[in-house]
Amino acid sequence: MGDKPSDAPEHCPGTESENAGKVSACAGCPNQNVCASGAARGPDPSVELVRARMSGVKKKLFVLSGKGGVGKSTFANLLARSLAARSPDKNVALLDIDICGPSQPRMMGALNEQVHQSGSGWCPVYVEENLALMSIGFLLGSPDDAVIWRGPKKNNMIKQFLSEVDWGDSLDYLILDTPPGTSDEHLSATSYLVSRTPGEDDGARAILITTPAEVSIADVRREATFCKRVGLKVVGVVENMATFVCPHCKVTSEIFPRDSGGGEKLSEEMELPFLGSVPLDPILARACDEGQDVLNTMADSPTLLAISSIVDRILAAV
Amino acid sequence: MIREDKVLQSTVILVLSGKGGVGKSTVSTQLALGLREKDYKVGLLDIDLCGPSIPHLLGLEGSAVHRCPEGWVPVYADKEQKLAVMSIGFLLSDRKESVIWRGPKKTSMIKQFLQDVHWQELDYLIIDTPPGTSDEHITVVENLAGICDGAVIVTTPQQVALEDVRKELSFCKRTGVKLLGIVENMSGFVCPNCTECSNIFSTGGGKSLAEVTGIPFLGAIPIDPKVSTARNGSIMGQMSGTSVAKAFTHVLDTLITNLENAEKES
Repeated sequence: MGDKPSDAPEHCPGTESENAGKVSACAGCPNQNVCASGAARGPDPSVELVRARMSGVKKKLFVLSGKGGVGKSTFANLLARSLAARSPDKNVALLDIDICGPSQPRMMGALNEQVHQSGSGWCPVYVEENLALMSIGFLLGSPDDAVIWRGPKKNNMIKQFLSEVDWGDSLDYLILDTPPGTSDEHLSATSYLVSRTPGEDDGARAILITTPAEVSIADVRREATFCKRVGLKVVGVVENMATFVCPHCKVTSEIFPRDSGGGEKLSEEMELPFLGSVPLDPILARACDEGQDVLNTMADSPTLLAISSIVDRILAAV
Repeated sequence: MIREDKVLQSTVILVLSGKGGVGKSTVSTQLALGLREKDYKVGLLDIDLCGPSIPHLLGLEGSAVHRCPEGWVPVYADKEQKLAVMSIGFLLSDRKESVIWRGPKKTSMIKQFLQDVHWQELDYLIIDTPPGTSDEHITVVENLAGICDGAVIVTTPQQVALEDVRKELSFCKRTGVKLLGIVENMSGFVCPNCTECSNIFSTGGGKSLAEVTGIPFLGAIPIDPKVSTARNGSIMGQMSGTSVAKAFTHVLDTLITNLENAEKES
């Protein structure tokens, strides 16, 4: 971060320095002329573009987890659907910034949809009247297509998602579904959406998802550190796949043993609120995979009741 | 690119999956431990920089790598020094510490892992990867061109995972990485109370993907909560007789046989 590109030559003075392009280390750097001209000084112009586009967005909720496969996309999906279903007068959007493995088109039952370009930008896919979705999945020719991109290309895509999607006049909630890790996608999205001015409320918040397993807890601990470092406020920790109810004998068992106290212990350790535990329901999980609107079809599932009380807590906190 | 000629002679296997949390690290660890128990010298390299799990899975947290004139000395998981492990987890001072790096920095770290680790003699080098098809994967494949013997693909049976795995298969095809086989992990959960096997993440998805694509199917591994607590040896040795141990043994044996056959052909 800062104004020094990560692939800069050693002793690069930084693009915003008075000496940019003029010191000996700049000799041979392909950006020497740009830096020397002063054009690279001044702030990143795309920050303003994103800011303009995001000015009508009240809350930006990041669904994060260091670990993959813990249910970020499922939770983001159900959170978006719940928020949209609870208040039909509020506008909700879900942005999938998992560039290499987008899951939202499938989970929203919108696999074969396409996005269109209009004068005011990309038009997202509307799953409900007040629920819009944008994902790179809509831009691929076939679901088998791999997006084999290094960081800068992924960053550019995210920048476009944030600055060029036409979400309508105003959005009450923008939910961002993220890939695992603490790398390009996360840095790009937070650098555009998290304000660096102290005291200014940017409306950006994070929800951390983990499973009770120690490998997952360890990665989520790192994600919490990431949030602290980039100044992203955390609403709390959700423990997913906490228990499993056998559909045959109805006895509850733990699939991922809580070696170290699970999500609740983690939230204590990192001094974050604990938002709740979500049990694993195999039938619900499969229905989500198929893109069903489970809020309507399986409303009495204990998993959805748990999620509903977590949504209450999130709404109270943001 | 890998510096030592001795590593060039070893069999290099990538463990890949488009999806996260499907068990890449567990499968990598078990393959390494299983090969080690068959008396091979094995290296295990973890290139998941933002979420390294290998140190935890092998109970090696808190170990540190040292420098020697030849480069980095990997951490050995056993007294006989037959299982050498390298992960960014060994370079972090605190478990809270996160690696907040963009692509170019990750790329240079991986290059260092490939060039500077003093593996000594190895029969097998297993490389555990993060999810996706991005910097880490492009870097490792580019730098191992001509050295890598192929990739083992790990998936879980449900549709969302298979969708990402199909992307990973396209990645392998585009980059010319040979596909050694597909492992279907978390295939069914045996209820400890009634021993009824529930298909938490449905079942058979990996097998049918293998059939459709013509990639060898290495086996299906059921979920067993005890797998994540086994630390001091392979599942195959520690839990022998259980269905999960049998499944891992089958995967490993099929993989070795396939590799040997491939070698005979060439």
